[in-house]
Amino acid sequence: MSLRAQVAIAGAALSDMGAVPEGTTPAGLAAQAARRALGQCGLGVQDVDGLFAASTQLPWASVTLAEELGIRPRVSDSTQVGGSSPIAHLNHARALIAAGQIEVALIAYGSTQRLVGRAAASVQEVDPYEAPYRPPLPIAAYALAASRHMHEYGTTPEQLAAVAVSARAWARAWEGTPAAWSTTPLEIADVLAAPRVCDPLGVRDCCLVTDGGGAIVVVARERARELLGPAVPEVLVLGIGEALSHRHVSSMPSLTTTAAVESGARAYAEAGLTAADVQVAQLYDAFTITPIVFLEDLGFCPKGEGGPFVASGAIAPGGALPVNTTGGGLSFQHPGMNGLPLLVEGVRQVREVGRDVSLVHGNGGAWSSQCTVLLGSGATA
Amino acid sequence: MELDPAPSATWLAHAREGRLAYQVAPDGTAVFRPRVGAGAWAISTGRGRVHATCTVRPRDGEPYDVSLVDLDEGFRMMSRVVGVAPEAVRIGARVQVEWEGDVPVFRPVADGDDPAGAS
Repeated sequence: MSLRAQVAIAGAALSDMGAVPEGTTPAGLAAQAARRALGQCGLGVQDVDGLFAASTQLPWASVTLAEELGIRPRVSDSTQVGGSSPIAHLNHARALIAAGQIEVALIAYGSTQRLVGRAAASVQEVDPYEAPYRPPLPIAAYALAASRHMHEYGTTPEQLAAVAVSARAWARAWEGTPAAWSTTPLEIADVLAAPRVCDPLGVRDCCLVTDGGGAIVVVARERARELLGPAVPEVLVLGIGEALSHRHVSSMPSLTTTAAVESGARAYAEAGLTAADVQVAQLYDAFTITPIVFLEDLGFCPKGEGGPFVASGAIAPGGALPVNTTGGGLSFQHPGMNGLPLLVEGVRQVREVGRDVSLVHGNGGAWSSQCTVLLGSGATA
Repeated sequence: MELDPAPSATWLAHAREGRLAYQVAPDGTAVFRPRVGAGAWAISTGRGRVHATCTVRPRDGEPYDVSLVDLDEGFRMMSRVVGVAPEAVRIGARVQVEWEGDVPVFRPVADGDDPAGAS
């Protein structure tokens, strides 16, 4: 049974973002976003019968969030695949909706990593085959891959920097909300001159450390029409792909080709679309190297040509393929795991900007988990 | 009932004797990290090449290397390249294992000095 265009996203909202007040909790931020998203489609928390959440701060994420919301969902799912989690949740939620097991799915996330500190917010598992070498994770995993991409394809620090410069330009241009964290002008030279953290990556190659969260509400397409009426543009789920390839960077099959090849292929095949059909993309940008690799793996340019592609200005405002149109994790916000903020923007691109095909790609761990979703307007059904 | 030893314990027992152990799957593929039921144990020559490298720059402390090394037997592991500045570690460099206690690290060797002559 094809699930193409069977479910719709009826609400999508961010929580408060940035640096939240003392005492704020991850579940509290998730609940705040959830109430906003539910409010967009005339639902309340008691309408939620499927609850999906993952967090490095909450091992029992869906259970904790259910308590925070005061609800008793019939299905919950705390699947933890890092920054790709909410797209995996969306895949699971739509199958449950299509099977009649649930009617209203809430996928929510919150992080207070800036408030409590990264060490407390994201405890790394001790791995006996990596820990003796003290790799600072996650950045070491991305620096190692960057070194290999540079070696194999001649990717340059200037090309990496172009990703950060593009993100900053989007953060400065974006009119959707004034919530962008970093909006001062940024040039290639600034990125190159920034302090090195883990060569070949410097501090401007790294995402922000902020608090925040988001939520989306998923229902059957007909239910969304009933809730929102004909005046609100539909946001349909056209295709989703999940893929896993490893947990630790030392076990990554290829440092320059990720499982996004598989997740993207699955999403495109279900949607009946190709990269050429995508009008806007949110590509997980924990570090400048990640969108470069995902542009290649998702078919926007040939393998090895991601560096020249981003340096051409193609992903920046005015370019052929708008990427990370809020400023992404590099300049907008990056609350721990950035999948939900990317999804919220992917939805906004269809509902408010008027794009017909909007791709969102999430990455988790050390390039470990890759999830891709294609969202479409009513015209794509 | 006799219990199977954990793969990590078997690996560490070899490491304490200065042996870099890995597993060989039934199809002959070298396996690392050690895994339950992955195959028979074998001992590496400890010769390989740097596959990827980064230089970690702690806020308080000296820079250090973290690299991935491809061993000649066909497996990859994380390690540290010693004997050169971290910034001087090169992808493709020929390396040989040495031991810091039970932790395997790697030192660059000239390709011509490689007794195995492997590429």
